[in-house]
Amino acid sequence: MEIDPFIFRFSIFILAIFVGYYVVWSVTPSLHTPLMSVTNAISSVIIVGAIIAALAGSSENIFEISSIFGFLAIVLAAVNIFGGFLVTQRMLQMYKKKKKNK
Amino acid sequence: MISANLSAIFYLISGILFILALRGLSSPETSRQGNLFGILGMIIAITVTFLTVGNFSTSTIYVFIFLLVGGAIGAFIAFKIPMTAMPELVAGFHSLVGLAAVFVAISAFKNPEAFNLGIPGDIKLASLIEMSIGAAVGAITFSGSIIAFLKLRGIMSGSPITFTGQHIVNLLIGISIFVLIYFLCSSQSESFFWSMIAISFLIGVLLIIPIGGADMPVVISMLNSYSGWAAAGIGFTLENTALIITGALVGSSGAILSYIMCKGMNRSFFSVILGGFGGDANVSKDKKKDQKPVKSGNAEDAAFLLKNASSVIIVPGYGMAVAQAQHALREMVDTLKKNDIKVSYAVHPVAGRMPGHMNVLLAEANVPYDEVFELDDINNDFANTDVAFVIGANDVTNPVAKTDPQSPIFGMPVLDVEKCKSVLFVKRSLSPGYAGVDNELFYRENTMMLFADAKKMTEDIVKNI
Repeated sequence: MEIDPFIFRFSIFILAIFVGYYVVWSVTPSLHTPLMSVTNAISSVIIVGAIIAALAGSSENIFEISSIFGFLAIVLAAVNIFGGFLVTQRMLQMYKKKKKNK
Repeated sequence: MISANLSAIFYLISGILFILALRGLSSPETSRQGNLFGILGMIIAITVTFLTVGNFSTSTIYVFIFLLVGGAIGAFIAFKIPMTAMPELVAGFHSLVGLAAVFVAISAFKNPEAFNLGIPGDIKLASLIEMSIGAAVGAITFSGSIIAFLKLRGIMSGSPITFTGQHIVNLLIGISIFVLIYFLCSSQSESFFWSMIAISFLIGVLLIIPIGGADMPVVISMLNSYSGWAAAGIGFTLENTALIITGALVGSSGAILSYIMCKGMNRSFFSVILGGFGGDANVSKDKKKDQKPVKSGNAEDAAFLLKNASSVIIVPGYGMAVAQAQHALREMVDTLKKNDIKVSYAVHPVAGRMPGHMNVLLAEANVPYDEVFELDDINNDFANTDVAFVIGANDVTNPVAKTDPQSPIFGMPVLDVEKCKSVLFVKRSLSPGYAGVDNELFYRENTMMLFADAKKMTEDIVKNI
């Protein structure tokens, strides 16, 4: 009997939840805000779906309904990707060890 | 064009890089490297997607244009946003992830061939369920985050909006989403798909309006979690490992943060979600109480106390963020340190409007992170400290939480500031905090109230030291 590929993906999903659980507990509480902004940025990897949808338009009609939604999703996800990573970087810069100026 | 197997391996790699991005946050030293891993993972995922589709038509140019337009907007926001506005920024970003998930689900529904899900009107059952869940959770994330954003931004009142039968209405709407998904799967009819999305938008609004301002840290974390589950739902539809791994990571991250925030308030997750906490009803009840004597002082008195102390603990709260007092505070601390006074900071888990809010603001003001302590690490030190300087915090210092079982905040872990020899409490008035509870600390013998704007008061104290 063959195993449905869904089960494989589901296994990855469950294992990733466990990985997430342990990784997030080890995040220091002072970095919880950057944690939220970086998780936000990485969840925008949903852009891969948007790109597939946007590129699926035929060459005569680039903007059919499904590709229009793809393009819109690209804009939204791109705002998040750039905004999320950059604002995280900006925050983390502030956590640099400061030289004590005494 | 690269093979499906090869691209799957690349997606796995970007998933692992995302795990490393979160792992990096375990210490400020490794966090910047972690962020770079995250960026690298994203670049790999996007590049591989282009190579897999392999169709470099005119559409590709448009994809790049839209990518750059969105990217420019995002970069602009990231550089311009003041650190005090982080909570609403994060809420706003969550709404975008949610809406993007809805849009991708719509594309997949309208053009399933592009994703190998079947043909319109005959989409594979599993894919249909997965995309429905992704779209529904995405829609809830979107409208819920918009409400959270409006509340945090102050455009909408932070007080809870409740009406009779609210929970029953929500429950019925929740059930109807599942019913619609069922009909959608059996009929493949487009109208069920659209109504399911519309109803999900509605429930997102209804879920967040009854939740008060002080519970926002939980709401933001919860929406963070939702955006992850939405991404995972879409990940299953697209059979994309990177998206599934990321969705699971983000989902569990948000759930853990919600848990930590609930624990910080000693409230169950459900009581937060059901909402109605911190309403105006509580506030008016307290107004009836007799005015108790309060000792108030000015900047000179405060400067005198601080100058003669040998140790000081600063307790920042949301009020510091509102007044943008973090830089003035840091200046005050510098002056104190020059006088050989030991200064540390105590941060309560739910201080501010999102997890870690105070830490970011203090970091912005160049406060070294090793001077900032969590509740459990510093709470025993208050007893040996001369002055506690409470700036913009309220409920998290209220001793009532330890003494009065009748109080709505009873059992909430609080900072033991009253154990200090003296307490300086910077606040604009005697009004209660978001929990609507009068703070007993105001009337204590060793408390001196400093009625002023947090920033102005701090600056005045600096002048007087």
